[in-house]
Formats: sequence, structure tokens, C-alpha cells
Amino acid sequence: MSSTKPLIKINEETSDFASEIIERGAKIFPKEELKRLLTCIQCGTCYGSCPSGRITAYHVRMIMRKAQLGLKEEVLRDENLWNCTTCYTCQERCPREVETTDIIRLIRNMAFEAGYVKKPHLIVSRNFIQTGHSIPLRDEDKEKRKRVGVSEIPPTTLTFPEALKEVQTLVEATGFKEKVLKLLEEG
Amino acid sequence: MAKYAFFLGCIAPLRYPGLEAATKKVMQHFGIELLDLNGASCCPAPGVFGSFDLWNWLVIAARNLSLGESLGADLTTICNGCYATLQEAWHILKEDPGKRRSVNEILSKINRTYNAKTGIKHVIEVFTNDIGIDKIKSSVKNPLEGLKVAIHYGCHFLKPRKIRGHGSSEKPHILEDIVKALGAEPIYYKEKLLCCGAGGGVRAGNLDTALEITARKLKSVKEAGADCILHPCSFCHFQFDRGQVELRERKGLEFNIPVIHLVQLIGLAVGIDPKSLGLYENEIPPTYLDKLGLG
Repeated sequence: MSSTKPLIKINEETSDFASEIIERGAKIFPKEELKRLLTCIQCGTCYGSCPSGRITAYHVRMIMRKAQLGLKEEVLRDENLWNCTTCYTCQERCPREVETTDIIRLIRNMAFEAGYVKKPHLIVSRNFIQTGHSIPLRDEDKEKRKRVGVSEIPPTTLTFPEALKEVQTLVEATGFKEKVLKLLEEG
Repeated sequence: MAKYAFFLGCIAPLRYPGLEAATKKVMQHFGIELLDLNGASCCPAPGVFGSFDLWNWLVIAARNLSLGESLGADLTTICNGCYATLQEAWHILKEDPGKRRSVNEILSKINRTYNAKTGIKHVIEVFTNDIGIDKIKSSVKNPLEGLKVAIHYGCHFLKPRKIRGHGSSEKPHILEDIVKALGAEPIYYKEKLLCCGAGGGVRAGNLDTALEITARKLKSVKEAGADCILHPCSFCHFQFDRGQVELRERKGLEFNIPVIHLVQLIGLAVGIDPKSLGLYENEIPPTYLDKLGLG
């Protein structure tokens, strides 16, 4: 007798993955708005509006469906997840008002935590932790600054070490620094 | 006289300081006081740091906003990315006292608080609300007659609409109104609403995808016969200008479309010297200056 075990487990209305997205997201966004993920009807307006969707295998509609179905690992490890430019066109046009772009950012937070991360993104993160900026100030940039008549170094964390210290205290308190250092160590 | 703290972000001060210089000159011209926001950091970038850890993103954004609150001034920015982060964080923390409390618990470690009493305005809002289109129009010394301008709004000034509140993202007209007031001609092109390609960490993480989107956009601008592409965002500026060099080197594609930020175009029209506006600091030379007789 063949097994009747379902291929995909649908946990009543909400998959564990969808619940996790909504619960984690509620720390930042209104929970009621995030719950609209569950109302996606797979119309494809998102995918049809997506600048990355027409040139890569990044398919918003599919990610929303997989979230509903609880296919967490499959979604997190697919590096197409990182092709979203966060342009919000899909979110603006969604007829069910699903917060697609915010949900993508939340899913990426989970991917980042699970170690599915691109090296250049870790470098941007390290720059930020070390300097307070996402990119470095190079000698050629200082020259450019002098040419257009602004201070050689901008009045940001690059000028004020005590301000940089504040940023570094915060990235430690939020746990971000630890996450990034761990991922950098793992290579 | 309106007063703002100038939030620099990363791309303008560290790659295109001409945009920073142009903003200072133009604001001085219109009598808007710009304060230095000493000790500010990266906003942090919405699609990059927001994609890694939204909680950390919100806390760092709140610190930047708190610096403005200490000065008793709203921030202003010339970057849609910085605007996206700081406007969204302001919105979240203004609307939800519980989230504000949680963020302030962390900020207390550096003896700061943020009460969402001040926030951020995009420089477009400073032009349209504080200065006004009529004042801009009457300040024009070099009418930009005959200049065909391809307008690019960028994604994050308009979207998400429900928190930005600047009206339609499908048929916006604020930048057209300004461009017309300067005497130039906004032209239609097919990919007007398309993203520049850089956001969301795509530029850093997957440059080929970013450039393919950029090329699609630039091709459409070129076909429409534009003299330049005008935008209100440091990051889009970076992507369109530096991106054209990358497209040439990696794909053999040649566009040569000059890129100009809104603050620079206004500066040019009101008679500020092109050099001090940083117009010669781009990779793609400002060929439109010859057409205008201002080169």
C-alpha cells in the first residue's frame, strides 16, 4: 500500500514559516498588515511588475506561495532572494495589499541569520561596524571633496570618534555585530 | 527662515561630494539654513541593512533621527535611500509608542532618546513646500531652454505611498513641475518608472542584475533623445554615472548620457557656477552645458 503522507504540510491556515515571518516582523511593522500574506491569491501582479523578475529567477509570487506553504529552507537558501531591488512596485500594485517588499526584507533577515549571505554584503556590514559608513573614504574622494570646496572629511562618524563609539555600542546591543563577525569567521 | 540639519548619508560625501557642495550652495541661495548633523552615520541603507537585520536598522536610524531632535530641526536629505530609512523609521516610531520604548531602551546605553518630535524631509519637499515653485521660477537666471530632460524619480521618494504620502507613484508630477519652472522640457520615455537597479543590496551583491536593469533604463532614455537624466537621489546618481562606465567595461555598451541631480539642475538655472556644483566631477561629462551655452 502506498504512503498517503502529504508532500507539503499545510498547518491549517498558516504555515510555521508564515507565522514566523509575521511574528518576527511585528517587532518592526504592524502585525495586522503583515498577516495579509495569508490572503495572497497568486494573481502574479507582483511578478509582472518586478524589474528583477523579468531577467532573473527571482519570482515574488512563488516566494509568497512558498511562505504560505512553509517551505522555509527552500526559500532561504535560494540566492535569487537577493535580486530584489526593494523598488516596492509589487507592494504598491498588490490587489490584496500584501506587504511583499517588507516580507522579502523579513525573509532576508532570516536568510542572513541562517548564514545564506553574500560576501560583499558582509564587507558592507564590516565597513559600517568599523567606520559608521557603508563604504570607505579613499584618498581620491578626499581630493574630490577639496576640489568642490567641502571639508576634506565629512562631519560624520569619520570626524567624531565619540559618535563612532556610540554606533559601535548600538551594533553590539542589537546583536548585529556578533552576527556579522560570526559570518565573517565562517567565511 | 526654514532650518534643516543636512543628513549626508554615504554616497554623496564619499563618492559624489559635488552633490553635497551643490546642496549647500543652492540652499544658501534660497535662504534655507542648513546645519551640520555632526556625528551622523550611514542611515542605514534600507534595502541593505534592512535586509540583514531590521531591528538593528531601526535602532541606528533612530540614533540619526535623535541627532536632529537634539538640534531642534528636521533632517533633510538628497538621497532616496536615506529618505526611505529615516522617513520609515520616523513613521514607525511616531505611530507606535511600544516600539519607541523598545528603541529608547537601547538608545539609553548611549544617553540618547528619540521622541519622534522631529523627522526628515526630502530635499524635493524643501523645494516645493518651503521655497515653492513660484519662487524657484522667479529665481531663474539661466533659463534651461531647449534642454530635454529624462526625469527619474527613483523608487523610495514615492513608495510605499501609504507612509510617504506624496501621491501617485504611477503618474507623479512634482519633478516635472520643477523642471518646467526652470525652463527645461521634461520628455516622456518608456522606462520612466523603472528602478535604477542598484537598491536592495543588488548593486553590491549582484552587479550584473543591477546593470541589466540600468541598461534597460538608459537605452530607453537614449531612444527618447534626452540631453540628460535628472533624479533626486545620490544612490541613483552613482548607479547611472558609475554604471555607464561599468556597462562600457563589462558589456561594451556605450550610452554617454550625462547624469544630474535635482539640486545641481536648480543650481545651474539660478546662476551658480557649474564647477562649484560638481558638474565636472561625474564620469560622464556634462555635454548639456554646451547646448545651453554655459560650458
